[in-house]
Amino acid sequence: MSVAVSNALSPAVAGAGRGGGVNDFSITVATVNGSGSQTANNTLLRAIHRMGAPVSGKNIFPSNIQGLPTWFTIRVNRDGFLARCDETQILVAMNKATILEDIQKLQPGGICLYPGEEELPNRRDDVTFYPMPVNEVVQQSGAETRLKPYVANMAYVGTLAYLLGIDLKEIEAALAHNLNGKEKAIALNLGAAKAAYEWAGEHLAKTDPFRIERMDKTDGTFLITGNSGAALGAVFGGVQFVGWYPITPATSLVDSLKEYLRELRCDADGKATYSIVQTEDELAAIGMVIGAGWAGARSMTSTSGPGLSLMAEFAGYAYFAEIPAVIWDVQRMGPATGLPTRVAQGDVLPAYTLGHGDGRHVCLIPASVAECFEFGGTALDLAERLQTLVIVLSDLDLGTNLWPTPPFEYPDKPIDRGKVLTAEDLTRLEGKWQRYADVDGDGIGYRTLPGTNHPAAGYFTRGTGHNEAAAYSERPEEWSANLARLARKHDHARSIVPAPVIELAGEAEVGIISYGSNDLAVQEARVSLEAAGVPTSYLRVRALPLEQRLADFLGNHERVYVVENNLEGQMHQLVQLHDPAGAGRVVSIAKCDGLPLTARWISASILDQEAKEKA
Amino acid sequence: MTDNAAQGSTACNLLGLSRTDYNGAKSTLCNGCGHNSIANVIIGAAYDLSLDPTRIAKFSGIGCSSKSPTYFLGRSHSINGLHGRMPSLATGATTVNRELVAIGVSGDGDTGSIGFGQFKHLLRRNVDMVYIIENNGVYGLTKGQLSATADLGQKLKHAGVNELPPLDFCLEAIIAGCGFVARSFAGDPKQLQELIKAAFSHRGTAVLNVISPCVSFNNGEGSTKSYSWGKEHDLPLHEIDFLPMEHDEILADYDPGTIREVALHDGSVIRLKKTDREYDPTDRMAAIKLLEEERSGGMFTTGLLYVDEGRQTFADHERLVPGSLVNLPNEKLRPSKEALDKINGKYR
Ligand SMILES: Cc1ncc(C[n+]2csc(CCOP(=O)(O)OP(=O)(O)O)c2C)c(N)n1
Ligand code: SF4
Repeated sequence: MSVAVSNALSPAVAGAGRGGGVNDFSITVATVNGSGSQTANNTLLRAIHRMGAPVSGKNIFPSNIQGLPTWFTIRVNRDGFLARCDETQILVAMNKATILEDIQKLQPGGICLYPGEEELPNRRDDVTFYPMPVNEVVQQSGAETRLKPYVANMAYVGTLAYLLGIDLKEIEAALAHNLNGKEKAIALNLGAAKAAYEWAGEHLAKTDPFRIERMDKTDGTFLITGNSGAALGAVFGGVQFVGWYPITPATSLVDSLKEYLRELRCDADGKATYSIVQTEDELAAIGMVIGAGWAGARSMTSTSGPGLSLMAEFAGYAYFAEIPAVIWDVQRMGPATGLPTRVAQGDVLPAYTLGHGDGRHVCLIPASVAECFEFGGTALDLAERLQTLVIVLSDLDLGTNLWPTPPFEYPDKPIDRGKVLTAEDLTRLEGKWQRYADVDGDGIGYRTLPGTNHPAAGYFTRGTGHNEAAAYSERPEEWSANLARLARKHDHARSIVPAPVIELAGEAEVGIISYGSNDLAVQEARVSLEAAGVPTSYLRVRALPLEQRLADFLGNHERVYVVENNLEGQMHQLVQLHDPAGAGRVVSIAKCDGLPLTARWISASILDQEAKEKA
Repeated sequence: MTDNAAQGSTACNLLGLSRTDYNGAKSTLCNGCGHNSIANVIIGAAYDLSLDPTRIAKFSGIGCSSKSPTYFLGRSHSINGLHGRMPSLATGATTVNRELVAIGVSGDGDTGSIGFGQFKHLLRRNVDMVYIIENNGVYGLTKGQLSATADLGQKLKHAGVNELPPLDFCLEAIIAGCGFVARSFAGDPKQLQELIKAAFSHRGTAVLNVISPCVSFNNGEGSTKSYSWGKEHDLPLHEIDFLPMEHDEILADYDPGTIREVALHDGSVIRLKKTDREYDPTDRMAAIKLLEEERSGGMFTTGLLYVDEGRQTFADHERLVPGSLVNLPNEKLRPSKEALDKINGKYR
């Protein structure tokens, strides 16, 4: 959880998010995909962050390389409410194709910036229109054709900076960060932004209330994507092997891994302590990861729904053959290829039960970039400790958008390699060991790694039936004993996976269960629910299997709403299965439209249910 | 056929191990299955070469053939994976541990159908391993379906007539850039053993396409994967002797014109004694031509079809630290706190 957000949980700010004016509004930048607006949008975002005002950005883009509409929404909120909100007060209308619709969506009293050279159809009386000097800025800049779209985007950066009072120095610093210190590019873009800023100063009379004022609410935090956080976490978690196949929105996780590993994990003469392999498909990606995990390397892949489906057979195999491996599933909207550039939490049930036959996978569910970082290492530790597949359920919103985060904390626990017997151990044991014997009562056997120099080290790994000595077996009693031990191991996992985060609100009757990137929206919804007379407790699930605290939480509340971003209420189903006794108290609040949940929708849905309850 | 029965000898190899130390569990394959002969030959090759069983890693997919690693080298680690996915497992494991001596066993269904993509990509990467395809032209474990190497027009009891042309693993391997391609026959253990020994010394993927009769489903009249057909039609390209690294034999016994030697990267030598055919196993086009010509003929050539020691292995491409990744201590895996502070600072 970012510092900026957790500071803000006071009921006093119940009216937050209404777009009041100073450090409290939302901007929608409507552009065309492939027009290079990302630099401009991230520059605005970073500049506002640098001014100390809590801010978040969400890229709502099509599955297309060039030409389709894209919206980037920026929410500034002095109280730290940074979930997506539907209401927009400021529109930057760079896309002719959607301008009519975009203007209709503005809140009354909002403002619209449009390229000055264009005729504006259908003006609304309750919206202020400001032209932007797009053509002039492009012309003046003398930019070569290839760069003109970027420069055009700087026109809205400069105009907005003037209208909102964003310091040009912060725009410059943000640009320097986004353009990786490349001086020529910085100069070109900054020049364009400045030109627009000055033009606006001469030509526009500001009549709206929207302003950025300096605050100190972002001190110590920085903006970074969940995928970058995850990659860094894995790097500091000691990842050694990565097998992967490109898929949105998981690709940038591996891009970051490559960048950080190259920087941090090569020896003096540039030789790598890791290997990254781009494979022919996801079957090969997970196969290599499991092969490397079997051989004793800390191994992971990153994928999204369609790739996860292809990994299913190997997932079941890893569970039963007890091989450590990690899959980061950066969820996108299914079903099938679905909406590949939109978010959902639709892989909860499929991931938990991925494979054939019985078996439940340990799943970790990060809710913030800091948790992505933390779980980057935790997942590798748990995989080796439990000798099993661990699936991390991130999503497109968390993974690919920029989020404010406090500095990453250096892992306080040493790397955990789990139960591995060395040649010396085997000598001590006089060669007497059994791969699948439950020596410690936690369901986890001891393994040896290929290449261990002891005549008793070798054992046979298979997905087919086996006994404690790893010999092939179809005997019913050995088969069921093995499955029972695996169930015991899963139970043990319950006690060592990240615990849920629970916030109890006094004697509240109503509880909320949620997880992952919904967190900020839930926290904001709780504030308005309390203001509406419905105080709530909150349990944020951070891992599967679910554990006892969840059952206690159900027991302590009259009604518990499970809030999630999918159609089927997948966590709702798991919660009911976990605690059949409490199942009757649990209500599903689920929605799936390709966008991150909003606080308004959550609180309205819960109030609706509460009204029915009281009726 | 006896399945890996001890040879009843007290002899030892250079490691001081007896041949029985290379045995596996008792085979549960059908009596007479070609796969059993091949398992025995692998045992013999590893014993003869004095390979350290604890350094060997065995890989396989799914099928009768893929079960067979259970029946040889019982002291080695082994992973019996998924149908057709052995190449990816082997790629991952050998990349992170370059000291492993890797041997994979697969079937024609495992390699030629469900796993064909992974097979081709394994070769493209040139993963350092011995890859034996126990080719019986049929799916044994699922009881007699036609496989992708069944002959055109071949008739099987339940599966009916095959109307599609067969895949040729040797051609596919050569085209994919494989640097060691051999064909052999489970009924010719002498040749096979020399080829397997040579394959262990090759750097990169060594593919052995071994005709391995399925006595239960494809050993009948008209099958080109049967024992009798193999015996009658096997046309060795050459007589093969493998001379390991420390060999000190001299060529004096031979007429120099009839011998060809191929040096492998570790100093060992494959000695090929000419038959009445002219053949240069380092000539890629000649290998392709030979295999193309055979498609129509009724013979099958065995021996070392193609060898090229020049290609880098997959692990070489990766530019990894010396030694193996799996042996790195934890300190090498987690960067320092200062490194993290620097990153935190950079983003701020
Ligand atoms: C994904 C999957 N599909 C199907 C099977 C069933 N299956 C097991 S073995 C086999 C064919 C094996 O044939 P081959 O590789 O030629 O080996 P052989 O038994 O002839 O040695 C099949 C289809 C499986 N195990 N997994
Ligand atoms: S069915 Fe065929 S391939 Fe399988 S064990 Fe029997 S003979 Fe061998």
